Amino acid sequence: MTRVIKYVFYDILRTRFILLYTIFLFVSTMAMYQLDSDSGKVVLSLVNIVLMVVPLVSIVFTTIHFFNSYEFIELMLAQPINRSVIFLSEYVAVAFSLCFAYIAGVGIPIAMYGFNPGGITLLFTGTMLTMVFVSLAFFSSVLTRDKAKAIGIALLFWFYFSLIYDGLLLWVVYTFSEYPLEKVTVGLVALNPVDLARIMMLLTLDISALMGYTGAFYKDFFGSYVGMTFSVTILFLWILLPLLGSLRIFSKKDL
Amino acid sequence: MNHLPCDHMISIYQVNKNFGKLHALSGVSLELKGGKSYALIGPNGSGKTTLIKSILGMVVPTSGEIIFDGKSIRNDWKYREKIGYMPQIGRYPDNMRIGQLIDMMQNIRTADIPMDEELIDAFKLYKIYDKRMHAMSGGTRQKVSAALAFLFKPPVLILDEPTAGLDPVSVEVLKEKIIREKQAGKLLLISSHILSDLDELSTEVVYIFEGKVQYNNSIESLKEETGEKRLGKAIACMINQKELLASVSE
Repeated sequence: MTRVIKYVFYDILRTRFILLYTIFLFVSTMAMYQLDSDSGKVVLSLVNIVLMVVPLVSIVFTTIHFFNSYEFIELMLAQPINRSVIFLSEYVAVAFSLCFAYIAGVGIPIAMYGFNPGGITLLFTGTMLTMVFVSLAFFSSVLTRDKAKAIGIALLFWFYFSLIYDGLLLWVVYTFSEYPLEKVTVGLVALNPVDLARIMMLLTLDISALMGYTGAFYKDFFGSYVGMTFSVTILFLWILLPLLGSLRIFSKKDL
Repeated sequence: MNHLPCDHMISIYQVNKNFGKLHALSGVSLELKGGKSYALIGPNGSGKTTLIKSILGMVVPTSGEIIFDGKSIRNDWKYREKIGYMPQIGRYPDNMRIGQLIDMMQNIRTADIPMDEELIDAFKLYKIYDKRMHAMSGGTRQKVSAALAFLFKPPVLILDEPTAGLDPVSVEVLKEKIIREKQAGKLLLISSHILSDLDELSTEVVYIFEGKVQYNNSIESLKEETGEKRLGKAIACMINQKELLASVSE
């Protein structure tokens, strides 16, 4: 498996995209620190970048990479290598490169200006979100043979989780505002990894008071040990379920 | 890897493959035995490549079983180290150089035995080792595919239209190589449209039409049955007979 991973890595590094992505994250994080001296506020501004840009870049890059390495996958399939090994090697190499770019790009400035709980949570949630969206990208890639269609599905995932889902959630909360919805919204939030990451961030930054009664409830739930374990577990499920689903489809796919 | 080459055997039982509504293979049953060389022929789109890809596990049959050396290939992958495969259209990572590609294959297969670099030498591939795959012509790609198929001295060779796109000199080089492997007692499965080539390269004929095996016997007996001396004529004669029979039965 390590041998296959090595060649996938080699291929990813040659495109230089990962390097550009790292530089982009590094420059924008540095710029935030230059603009503001309060590290709490800097992290808050970074949250918005991380929640939008990181999922988008991860999902699009992974889908394009998968289709660009179709020839490589085809070549490997005729060799004495297990299909799941080929697939998981692709996953590990892509996820590792993107996570590395993120941790280097955002982590180095944070380390330079001093770690704080907000910064560490930001690094953690960003890494988790990267892996979630890499999984979703693999899932959309194995659903179809057509590159354009797969990128379309991938972008749809991103739109859904970053924009559409929030709108739906707001609509539900607004429509049923006369009922006690706290537990329901916790359940609904778990259905969206981006929301889950956002809430974890907002709670660590201690601005949940701005969110009123719901914020207090979230703090009560997510701020506790159980709540933290809950959200991390759900994020892990968001990584594993699409990955296992796509592995299942891939192992029966005709190439 | 110490098996005698002629030990190997591929059995195909009632294999069906549907691509949506299209029946690419329907009820294909075949026995491929070591030491024999099979010519796989049939019109375009008759299911030759699908059958080959099914044997390699690249296409998963809708139903039926493929047995390699007594073991089902479903969920197995180890058997592929005994197969050398030359695809019809060799597709390789675009930004790799030929040398890197060959190194990578050696690295991934980790065979302990010395490599068979005869074709690399014969095609003079070492001269263009630092050429990138995307800058290569179709014929050069074919040469690389051929070299890779023979590189690990596999006891089973599956060649999908090996001579298509090659220049006459290279065709002869490749044919001689195939004949040597055939004499060494390997199992060969060759699909091609150039019947004069197959006449020299193979001993058995498998004729596929619309996903069904229509004829499966030795070339000798086909020639005897039809009274023709050349494989091309014999096949044409056999197809005509079949069509005649079909029209009568309708």
